[in-house]
Amino acid sequence: MAAPLLDVAGLTKRFGGLVAVKDVGFAIAPGEILGLIGPNGSGKSTVMKLVMGIEKPNAGRVLLEGIDVAGWPTHRIARAGIGIVFQHSRPLNRQTVFENIKLALLPDSLLKLVAAPEVAARARAIAERVGLGGVLDRRPPTLPFADLRRLEMAKALARDPRVVLIDEPFAGLTQAEVATFSELIDGFRRDGRAVLLVDHNVKSVARLVDRVLAMYLGERIAEGSAEHVMQDATVRRVYIGGAIETHPRKEIDARGGEPLLDVRDLEVFYGKAQALQKVSLHVRAGEFVSVVGLNGAGKTTLFNAISGLVPYSGAIRWDGAALAGRSPAAIARGGVVQCPETRELFGQMSVRENLDLGGQHLAAGERDRQLAWLLDLFPILRARERQQAGTLSGGEQQMLAIARALMMQPRLLILDEPTLGLAPVILEQLSKALGRLRDTTPITVLLGEQNVTFALPHADRVYVLEHARVVWEGDPGRFAADMGAGYL
Amino acid sequence: MRFSPLVAIVLGALLFGVSAPWWLGAYFLGVFTVAYYFGVFAMSWDLLFGFAGEVNFGPTFLIGLGAYGAGLLNTAGWPIPLCLAGGALAAVVGGVALALPALRLRGPYFGLITLVAVLLLLDCIVIFAGVTGGEIGMMVPDVLSISARVNYWYAFGFLVISGAILFGLSRSSLGLILQATGQDRIEAAALGFNVTKHKLAAFVISALFSGLAGGMLTFYEGTASVDTVVDLSIAVQIIIAVVFGGRRTILGGVLGSVFLVLFDELLRPIGQLNTFVVSAIALLVILFLPDGVLGVLLRPQEGR
Repeated sequence: MAAPLLDVAGLTKRFGGLVAVKDVGFAIAPGEILGLIGPNGSGKSTVMKLVMGIEKPNAGRVLLEGIDVAGWPTHRIARAGIGIVFQHSRPLNRQTVFENIKLALLPDSLLKLVAAPEVAARARAIAERVGLGGVLDRRPPTLPFADLRRLEMAKALARDPRVVLIDEPFAGLTQAEVATFSELIDGFRRDGRAVLLVDHNVKSVARLVDRVLAMYLGERIAEGSAEHVMQDATVRRVYIGGAIETHPRKEIDARGGEPLLDVRDLEVFYGKAQALQKVSLHVRAGEFVSVVGLNGAGKTTLFNAISGLVPYSGAIRWDGAALAGRSPAAIARGGVVQCPETRELFGQMSVRENLDLGGQHLAAGERDRQLAWLLDLFPILRARERQQAGTLSGGEQQMLAIARALMMQPRLLILDEPTLGLAPVILEQLSKALGRLRDTTPITVLLGEQNVTFALPHADRVYVLEHARVVWEGDPGRFAADMGAGYL
Repeated sequence: MRFSPLVAIVLGALLFGVSAPWWLGAYFLGVFTVAYYFGVFAMSWDLLFGFAGEVNFGPTFLIGLGAYGAGLLNTAGWPIPLCLAGGALAAVVGGVALALPALRLRGPYFGLITLVAVLLLLDCIVIFAGVTGGEIGMMVPDVLSISARVNYWYAFGFLVISGAILFGLSRSSLGLILQATGQDRIEAAALGFNVTKHKLAAFVISALFSGLAGGMLTFYEGTASVDTVVDLSIAVQIIIAVVFGGRRTILGGVLGSVFLVLFDELLRPIGQLNTFVVSAIALLVILFLPDGVLGVLLRPQEGR
């Protein structure tokens, strides 16, 4: 094998007490494509930022053709030959596509006020290569989503980097566009560049990559061919969890009555990227419904639409009345309480203050009862009552976020990816708490999860979301048989 | 470049500016003279805000350094051109001393530091009242001219030259890079641009023109005073002028300045209310036309 273009070893990054990346290393040879995968919070994006110099590593080296660029400022790393394709494109909207590409070709100089004559020709050539030749004079806001992604590719290509980092190359693209972009990325390989693809899961990059490195909680958990990584026991445990358990409840099986929450033909667009496509689901009073899907499938978007945080088309009915037009605050007061993926705790307030804020609207006696019940449900929070929320561990923070949501006495509790970035032992505690919640209260729960083992045990019904669509719906008992193999 | 609304507007404005001395009285020539210096303040500020994306709440720090620097040198017996150069240099040096540490900060802190800088300058002027004249102001021995017409030509010429340079820079490669750094510094750095270097350059250019204009204004009025070149209300007027005229257009700032200064003067008969009315109109424009007057006029061309 040729000497690696990019050779990373011992890369470590700490944010305060949190170790985001721990002793990660890999090498990419010229013309090789490495997939770096891991669920949200696994540290894969941090690795990319460390290589690019957007974050400074605490330890480790990043050798680019033998020169250690670790800790260099981003612009020097870029000049040294590493390019990055960001997931979110932020082009200059008042300039044309041509000028945006030209920008990437300009030297880092204050004195060259007029671009060199060959720049225009090069910009045109690059535009042709990525398929933007026909829209050179258009401005980015008038372009379809895929073309904006092409523009990002073009800008990265303009630097003629020897190493290309690509963040979620296929997010928001249609199947046909995925094929075109795969071809473009394959072109990087033929140029002899080293390519790092960063994505949530193996599936989306499997056909393109030579090797895959899987991360979880900041550490490398597997490396090898795509098939090998997909079969790896640790990877499967991270994505699917261990053995799937289910606990069917007989009394819920009496399927009847008006659904409490009824979502029909929901569609959401972010700019030009479609995040949800004709999604329909319903939740009956007292039901525990899980929506499972890989990161990026549209779970958070679905919940945000229900909570009134993003504009949508289609109908969302709550307790018989349409939610459209109501403010997020009114929806929350109406009993739909979301516990978001990002937790949104008030980090500088104590645990108790966070909980009190959740119970603001309750009468004093009622509030105390609710608080006492929640502290029984999550005993760890009782021990941490006076501690600042921001200093809690990830698992404790998640429990506090759920408890704060429950302080609002929701009729429907929406839990968005509560397992995000949590260690397996914490998951078990959290799962037990959810079990107790389900068995001792009449609460209705809508849970969004990537981790199937966590999502299934308490669920009465399951929806599978994939690429913005509901692809499966049924009993948790049937999930393993129907979906088990195809999920990853 | 094809014939665009911008060309029409600029040609119209030039025609107005060149012909004004033949049909405007000395009094209004004086009003436009001040407005033109304000226009340069506004354009310098827009280069920093509209392009480099940094909100400088203290343009009067740079203007004040230019004005007082030039004034002090004149008191020491230097001729006007050298004083102007010295004042501009003072503004650039002060600007770099301020921007170097401030540009390391993210978010609102850059703006806050520039705000504090103005207050510091105010304090210095008051403390060293012996040489600066303190709150009363500092008379300078020389003036550019005593003729309203000549003063008008100085201001108009300075405005046109500054406008051409600043507008040219905004449309050059440097302007393109500045916009990229202002919009997303990480992406700009990933494209290989030294973000701090470019923002510092924008600050230096902004300081140079602000300082020169501050010095020119001093030699037009024959005095430099806190109320005319340093006070925060002046800074606010400059900011309003740019937003009113259209940020990221450079030339919009001139439009805004002329509007603010001219209407303030025209509405003087209604007494204290004049500032209120002008501010209210500016507020309405900012609320309903966030792109500013020039921004709206150019929108079809920009192809939204």
